[in-house]
Amino acid sequence: MENRGMNERIKSLRKQSVEAVPHIYIERAKLITDAYKMYEGTVSVPELRALAFKHFMENRSLCINDHELIVGEKGDSPQAAPTFPELCCHTLEDMHVMDSRDIIFFKVNDNDRKIQEEEIIPFWEKRALRSKMLNNLGEEWKKCYGAGIFTEFMEQRGPGHTVGGEVFYRKGFLDLKAEVETQINALDFINDKEALRRKQELEAMKICCDAIIIYAERYAKYAKELAEKESDPVRKAELLQIAQNCLVVPAHAPETYYQALQMYWFVHIGVTTELNPWDAFSPGRLDQHLYPFYKNDTAKGILDDTKALELLECLWVKFNNQPAPPKVGITLKESSTYTDFANINTGGIAPDGSDGVNEVSYLILDCMDEMRLLQPSSNVQISKKTPQKFLKRACEISRRGWGQPAFYNTESIVQELLNAGKTLEDARRGGTSGCVETGAFGNEAYILTGYLNLPKIVELTIYNGFDKVSNQQLGPKTGDAKDFKTYGEFFEAYKKQVEYFVNIKIEGNNIIEKIYAEYMPVPFLSLVTNGCIKSGKDYNAGGAKYNTNYIQGVGIGTITDSLAAIKYNVFDNKKFSMEELQKALDANFEGYEEIHHLVTNKTPKYGNDDDYADDIMKSVFDLYRGMVVGRPNVKGGKYGINMLPTTCHVYFGEVMMASPNGRKAHLPVSEGISPEKGADVKGPTAVIKSCSKMDHLATGGTLLNQKFTPSVVEGDLGLENMANLIRAYFNMDGHHIQFNVIDRKVLIDAQKYPENYKDLIVRVAGYSDHFHNLSKVLQDEIIGRTEQSFS
Amino acid sequence: MEHLLLDIQKYSIHNGEGIRTTIFFKGCPLKCKWCHNPESQSYRAEIMYNKEKCVSCMRCLMKCPQKGIVEKDGFYPVPRDKCDACATCVDFCIYGAREKAGRLYSVDEVIKEIEKDKMFYEQSNGGVTLSGGEVMTQDINFILQILKRCDRMGYNVNIDTCGYSSFERFEKILPYVDTFLYDIKHIDPDKHRLLTGKDNVLILDNLKKLNDKNGKIHIRIPVIEGVNSDDENINGIADFIKDMNITMVSLLPYHAIGQGKYDRIDMEYEGTDFSAPGEERMLEIKNIFERKNIPVKIGG
Repeated sequence: MENRGMNERIKSLRKQSVEAVPHIYIERAKLITDAYKMYEGTVSVPELRALAFKHFMENRSLCINDHELIVGEKGDSPQAAPTFPELCCHTLEDMHVMDSRDIIFFKVNDNDRKIQEEEIIPFWEKRALRSKMLNNLGEEWKKCYGAGIFTEFMEQRGPGHTVGGEVFYRKGFLDLKAEVETQINALDFINDKEALRRKQELEAMKICCDAIIIYAERYAKYAKELAEKESDPVRKAELLQIAQNCLVVPAHAPETYYQALQMYWFVHIGVTTELNPWDAFSPGRLDQHLYPFYKNDTAKGILDDTKALELLECLWVKFNNQPAPPKVGITLKESSTYTDFANINTGGIAPDGSDGVNEVSYLILDCMDEMRLLQPSSNVQISKKTPQKFLKRACEISRRGWGQPAFYNTESIVQELLNAGKTLEDARRGGTSGCVETGAFGNEAYILTGYLNLPKIVELTIYNGFDKVSNQQLGPKTGDAKDFKTYGEFFEAYKKQVEYFVNIKIEGNNIIEKIYAEYMPVPFLSLVTNGCIKSGKDYNAGGAKYNTNYIQGVGIGTITDSLAAIKYNVFDNKKFSMEELQKALDANFEGYEEIHHLVTNKTPKYGNDDDYADDIMKSVFDLYRGMVVGRPNVKGGKYGINMLPTTCHVYFGEVMMASPNGRKAHLPVSEGISPEKGADVKGPTAVIKSCSKMDHLATGGTLLNQKFTPSVVEGDLGLENMANLIRAYFNMDGHHIQFNVIDRKVLIDAQKYPENYKDLIVRVAGYSDHFHNLSKVLQDEIIGRTEQSFS
Repeated sequence: MEHLLLDIQKYSIHNGEGIRTTIFFKGCPLKCKWCHNPESQSYRAEIMYNKEKCVSCMRCLMKCPQKGIVEKDGFYPVPRDKCDACATCVDFCIYGAREKAGRLYSVDEVIKEIEKDKMFYEQSNGGVTLSGGEVMTQDINFILQILKRCDRMGYNVNIDTCGYSSFERFEKILPYVDTFLYDIKHIDPDKHRLLTGKDNVLILDNLKKLNDKNGKIHIRIPVIEGVNSDDENINGIADFIKDMNITMVSLLPYHAIGQGKYDRIDMEYEGTDFSAPGEERMLEIKNIFERKNIPVKIGG
């Protein structure tokens, strides 16, 4: 395996990160359980959560890896994964599965298992939040969830998709604590009916300030101890510097570039061990946050580019050391990866609207190019003002084939945020996180609630709401499709089905969110999310300045081509009847080769800039958008939609029979807004044109994968054309595009001989992953994606 | 007005500057032995038959309205004498073994396809390339209509030509064309006839006249080892163009991509012995042009 890194320090840290074995870190579960035993019933819920967090920070094990400059791990060492039994209490069977599964495993040792069995399970089995949720959700919801109509993000992980803003680069936690105290003193117990709740939440925040400061002080002490024992004078000085940093941050605002990075990292560890929110806790616009420190330090002569880059590379290793929290069941299927989706946006624009590309932006590109790690997801925001040099440098890295950086359209992000009611300045401070999800960084709780299986709903429409896979009536009886005289009638029935399932999903969301607000506040995350201190309300209870829920639509390519196949062949050209189509689908097209040929090869398809198919895509999208966007959630905010799949397109395909577009039963559906595999035959400009007919600005993010053969993007000309494609797509309001530039032959060989390709990284959905860590079906799906070439 | 086209290709990045849409006309007066699009040579639509994909399901045989398809050695070749390229067999060939080369397009249809990618032309300084087959031997009114509409919309147009056509035609389209991608295959008229079926007198004469009329010219030379890669030929070409106002010479090393397609239209490939010159020789050839101060590059 290639040993990357700018110098020996980084090489050895990176090696440790890549080679460490992912394992369960049981200490958190144990300490949290002890704290609940100590405090539960004696204090309010927010204070209980805060005291548990503090107990953990006071007693947890510390880790300073050899040579490292930034300290703090979620667990006891790299690749350790804490568990969160208060949310999802793993059974011994779960532990066994995690330990023994082939991919995305977590090793569990005998001691872990013993603690789980003797201390964790007895205490949490019945009280974990997941049980509370399942007790409160209706039968319809459970049926739909079980049949794969939608997934549920919050059953094993906390609400998240939240990204850090600039607050903790300007204020220390002592400053924040003082702000909280001011708020407490200003509470009006005469007129404000919620004053007590606010006080409890604010008191909890205060405890969390103490907790994170204590954690850093323990690190300062530990680093000093190590320094005293250290014989190498260079390392000794480094350890003393670490100790000094930990006494400044997080208690106080960072004074230097180095401390700014350490500050961010302490906050990251705080947020991701307080609970396990989705998508870790990204630093968001890292180049914007670091730039003032960089400028200041370089002017003073205490920082040069080599040192600045080295510290970035140290941070990159830190991200890569933290695997996503262990998942099981459907949640594992929808997000089958170690990646925890911390997603760094580089470039874009500054809050005043000027070009945001600065020296640190280029350093970050150098860092991602050198490091080539799974984590963090490294991306660039491209605006009209972005210099061509920056765009081309990003293209140059992207065409190396491992999928990073992905490209985001700043103007679209800003417009999407404005459409969703953000102020212009907040919008300009925003970006995308997770895979492609738009958010007002530092100001918004934007919660992805689950994926919706759009092609499955067409399947149900064909069979009058009956699901032949799970063998039960799932949707409303909207009529036997055989009796429909027009495509309009079919689409009308589909509309009723979508409406029904969207309502069930939203009902479920409302219940789950209330449960989180009640039982699982996150006072530490609330401290660093604008709005929570001021409102005295928790992040999980609508305390943030903005509160958005997303439902992510999956399979737009498959559903569009399926509806096009029905409209074109059954109604417009009468090539075969609905009854014949049903029989063909029932038989998985076996014995119906001619129908399969017609729908596969002789029907207009999405992805070819053909209005026949693309108009259908628009009708599906507009309907979905109309049903979701703008609906109220229970936190005082609104619903939005994204079009992205992570790995859910594989799971959603599994629960489906054959589809009218010729896709065979149980194979993956299309991913993101990309066309169905093999459907796009007119080249990349046609794909981009089709995709741009969707109204991206009405979403909170869309995901487009483009696969190129390496020869298409080689040389200066290839680079130029890649940059031009991106600019043109963005001129048409496209939200995001990413590239896989790997020869198909390489992927096929890697599937056969995984041992030879241990460090082959490919783009999956909004993230990259090791090819050998993907399921066989997902590997096949990526190999099968249309490769755009030229002649 | 409708015209037979072979294909309209999007994201064409090797037929002039930037991202382009290339319109391939069908039919060519030359028969170059190395031609990589043999299905572009005939001025008529034709059915291509790929034996490798055929599973002998016999749907073509049963569905052919001419009843012309007859089994031969387990395969179902196209009855070239009877076939009018109605493509019924193509529609029913579920294994994709049969394809139709050539389809009629109206001017509006062509323009609609061109307009689809206008965002990309703007971004990349690209545009439209009319190619073939040989565009200059096709219906000039059809071509003029396309050119005039592109001109009005501000799309940059390149003409990819072998030069074998009356100069009158070049003159007619000259005002609407940005660049001529002009092929020179060999400087010797006899060898040219041997390799392409026609001598090069008209071609070189047109090139001179085009230069005199201030046409923007980008020369393209397919380079085949031992066939036209010798010093004598290269020097001959270079000397012929050195006093002209040439924007660029592209040296295109031979490739065998089109070889497999010959069998599909029952043609024989005469270029099995052809190969590209080595990298070193390509650089030497490039050097010959450079020494004469002619702008040159390897590749499109």
